[in-house]
Amino acid sequence: MALLTVTSPHIHQPGNTGGFMRQVIYATLPGLFMLTFFFGYGTLINLLLAIPVALGAEALMLKLRHKPVSFYLNDYSAVVTAVLLALAIPPTAPWWLTSLGTGFAVIVAKHLYGGLGMNPFNPAMVGYVLLLVSFPKEMTTWLPAAGLDNSTSIPDLTTSLRLTFTGAEADALSGATPLDTFKTYAGQPEALDASAILHGTFAGYGWEWVNIGFLLGGLYLLWRRIITWHIPAGMLLALFLLAGYFNTAVDADTYPGVMHHLLSGGTMLGAFFIATDPVSAATSNRGKIIFGFLIGVLTYVIRTWGGYPDAVAFSVLLMNLAAPTLDYYTQPRTYGHRKPNKGLAKPD
Amino acid sequence: MSRRLWDFHGGVHPAQNKKQSSETSIRAAGLPDYLVVPVQQHIGTPAHPIVGVGDRVLKGQVLAQASGFVSVPCHAPTSGTVTAIEPRPIQHPSQMDALCVVIEPDGAEQWVEREGLGDYTRLDKPTVLQCIRDAGIAGMGGAGFPSVVKLGVKPDQKIKTLVLNAVECEPYITADDRLMRERAADIVTGLQIVAWLVEPEEILIGIEDNKPLAIEAMRQATADTAMEVVVVPTKYPSGGEKQLIQMLTGKEVRSGGIPADVGVICHNTGTAYAIKRAVLDGEPLISRITTITGDCVPEKGNYEVALGTPVGWLLQQAGVKPTDLHRLIVGGPMMGFAVHNMAVPVVKTTNCLLVPTAREFPDPAPEQPCIRCGSCAQVCPAQLLPQQLYWFAKARELDKAMHYNLADCIECGACSYVCPSNIPLVQYYRFAKGEIRNQQQEQQKADHARQRFEARQARLAKEEAEKERKRQERAKAAAAKQAKKAPAASAAPAAGEAGNPSDSATELNKLQTAAAATMKRYKDAQKALAQAEKSGSGNLEALQQKVAQLQAKADAAKTAFQAARAEGAAPEAQPPSAPAEDPLAALKAASAEDFAAYKAAEKAYEAARDQGADDAETLRLRMEELKQRSEASKTAMKEARAKQREAIQRQNAAADPLKAAQIEVAKHQVLLKKASKALQAAKDSDAGAIDHLQAKVEEAEHQLQAAENTLKQLQQEHA
Repeated sequence: MALLTVTSPHIHQPGNTGGFMRQVIYATLPGLFMLTFFFGYGTLINLLLAIPVALGAEALMLKLRHKPVSFYLNDYSAVVTAVLLALAIPPTAPWWLTSLGTGFAVIVAKHLYGGLGMNPFNPAMVGYVLLLVSFPKEMTTWLPAAGLDNSTSIPDLTTSLRLTFTGAEADALSGATPLDTFKTYAGQPEALDASAILHGTFAGYGWEWVNIGFLLGGLYLLWRRIITWHIPAGMLLALFLLAGYFNTAVDADTYPGVMHHLLSGGTMLGAFFIATDPVSAATSNRGKIIFGFLIGVLTYVIRTWGGYPDAVAFSVLLMNLAAPTLDYYTQPRTYGHRKPNKGLAKPD
Repeated sequence: MSRRLWDFHGGVHPAQNKKQSSETSIRAAGLPDYLVVPVQQHIGTPAHPIVGVGDRVLKGQVLAQASGFVSVPCHAPTSGTVTAIEPRPIQHPSQMDALCVVIEPDGAEQWVEREGLGDYTRLDKPTVLQCIRDAGIAGMGGAGFPSVVKLGVKPDQKIKTLVLNAVECEPYITADDRLMRERAADIVTGLQIVAWLVEPEEILIGIEDNKPLAIEAMRQATADTAMEVVVVPTKYPSGGEKQLIQMLTGKEVRSGGIPADVGVICHNTGTAYAIKRAVLDGEPLISRITTITGDCVPEKGNYEVALGTPVGWLLQQAGVKPTDLHRLIVGGPMMGFAVHNMAVPVVKTTNCLLVPTAREFPDPAPEQPCIRCGSCAQVCPAQLLPQQLYWFAKARELDKAMHYNLADCIECGACSYVCPSNIPLVQYYRFAKGEIRNQQQEQQKADHARQRFEARQARLAKEEAEKERKRQERAKAAAAKQAKKAPAASAAPAAGEAGNPSDSATELNKLQTAAAATMKRYKDAQKALAQAEKSGSGNLEALQQKVAQLQAKADAAKTAFQAARAEGAAPEAQPPSAPAEDPLAALKAASAEDFAAYKAAEKAYEAARDQGADDAETLRLRMEELKQRSEASKTAMKEARAKQREAIQRQNAAADPLKAAQIEVAKHQVLLKKASKALQAAKDSDAGAIDHLQAKVEEAEHQLQAAENTLKQLQQEHA
């Protein structure tokens, strides 16, 4: 009689890594809906392009690395990378831009570092930054949000497809984002007042809803315990404090308000979906708070004084670099110990 | 519920699955055909068996005695006969064997004389403690730590809180639950004995809120006592000693410490019950309540099992069909271990036998990469960073793992339970802990070895220094003596006779030195010649001549020296310090010398031959000559040795004729054997001279006969 010899524990909570990843994908749906509502089918097309590219690249790399392909494809990590990148790039992005970014993210940023769990940087953000610094024009061409003035509506499906596969009319259709607009008119109260895009219900028109969509998705992740509150709270708190201070105490015309920062650009997507990527983030709870807070600080600094209108991707990558060190210095106090350990083991 | 409760970090909420076994009352399991009682059912030193195979033992009789402080005895669970004392498979994660006493029950259930202590409060504490120790009580929650060690409070220690751990937080297990429902009064009595021993300020009974009936029973039983039943929320591992203490008192037991350090003592429900039975009824610990559950078990429930009952037999009593078995877990699903041998016995710590179906406990899913999601860190009750420990354990970075407090891991399994990547984290920690233990032992061994080595070095150095000091002292003394003697010696007429020991010795020394020097020069010249031959330089001939000359000189010097030595070999000529020159030794030395010379010549010849030198032929002749000489000297030496040996034997024989005869017999036996062998060999190879050899063998036989006869005669005389 052959009895199974397994070590304890013998029972396991339902769920696995693939399940975790699927939850993340579901949680992007509200944000995806808002993006589509305000900017048309572009993001959906990006998604449909990026996912097969990511899966293909993943399968290729797994094959080259002699790993079981279907076993690893089932963990959905490549799909998550594709989804996050597709959500971050403009809906007008040509097909090669999406494919290049996704392929680079999966092949270089993930598998060349050892695959799932081993990558020091968030793959989606590596792909994003590669595209941003290599193709700044394509990467900053956004559409005006639908309904901004009475004339704008979302491009129809054919236009979107044409945009993706020929890139023809992108310039004609393009419009600035709230972050762009404020950066352009910073310090000019009249111009700021005249920009309709800056005066939505809470913040920049259209974008506020996109961010609220991602916020909802993030709250869902928190509720499902896929992520913890530490990183988003740290990041949003930093943005809140800095934006609040400079807006109220320094100059409201040069420094936009709290809501503008919290609900513009990639803030919510970054706070709940990008910065919380467990592989490349800090792991201890205190470390996560610091990690998130510093991402918020960097985002504010680069948005306000840097050359780029948005900065979540840069900030996340910079803090990815710091995550291991943060972990060394933010270990929790173990039960029965007076103080938490710090740093590395001392060599004897 | 006014009492404040604290929370502990993390924890998980696995499905309870307690109802299956908690709804039927405790049943007696009965007696199997044989009982296997391991001598170690506790943590600490194994007990020492004091019965023998074939002994008849009574129920409750001591089978094995405690050896040491952290040790408890084992008792016979029933009356019967000891049929074996041998290593048998026991319940252990490593599936190892250990010494067990095997008893065949006679069914009489005849007790040893037993008597409780009665009113223990009139006795002194050591008596009661001794009673608990003699009853063999070890912690029955799972670890099996000898209870008496925990109860012996040091005089300087003040116990504030006594905790009865009735939490039973592992899923499936209901042994304590049932015990409390059915025998609450006994448990409370046991707890009172413990309280009398440790004198706490408060007594708390911690029960998880998923056992309302047990809570009710305990509330009733403690109604008119100072004990307080505290209901704690269901959360695994709230029954961990440290976690329960934290929940009830808010105190943390410091790392590496024991609860008594913070004024808390914690005992298990089953232990309290066993203490009552021991102190008041005089019954040692020979049975326990074990939950048998899992979907493979038709008769799920709690059984009162005699310790030593084989698991396979017990499962049969519960209706388990051996063919249904998929896994067998001793303990709960979170911390229990799988066993695969049905012969292992139930012991003092066996609180549960879990026999799930494959559907109930599916095989573990394959391990996926860690994505550092940190779920493990969120549930770790020790507040560790399990994922970091995992990386360190996997990379064998043991120092880092230790720095991250691996030692504080209680192996509760919460981290593995939640891990979305199905990583068997606890297994990694056990591995790392084992490695660290090994490393520490190795380190210790190395340290000991180093210390020993250093001590030896120091001792040798000291001895050397001592010797040196003595030598110098002697030299000084000798110098002083010489200085004293010198004037006397010069005044006295020189004793210039030939054969004066000191004179001839000096002469000999001089000759020796001269011989050695010439030899050296000869050797040098030879070397130079060889070199010249190699480099093909012109003055080969001159060198060859020189070598020949020197060789002659060296020979002459050696001869002179040897002659002088032979002369000096006259008894009185030897310096008194040197032992009388042994002729055999001299022959030996000569033989060795000759052999060395021969070998050197051989080498020189071979070198010359290889190079095709002209003088190869001369060298060959020289070599032959030397060879002969060497052989001759060797033969001489051998002869001398044989003679000497014979002489010695003769000497011995003279001392004891009996022995001589014996030796003679032995000699002839050897000779006979040799002769027979030679004959056999000749026969085998069909060689001639068989007749001759036959005759030899016969002669040898004859001689042996004669020698034996002599020996017999002598023996008779002696007798």
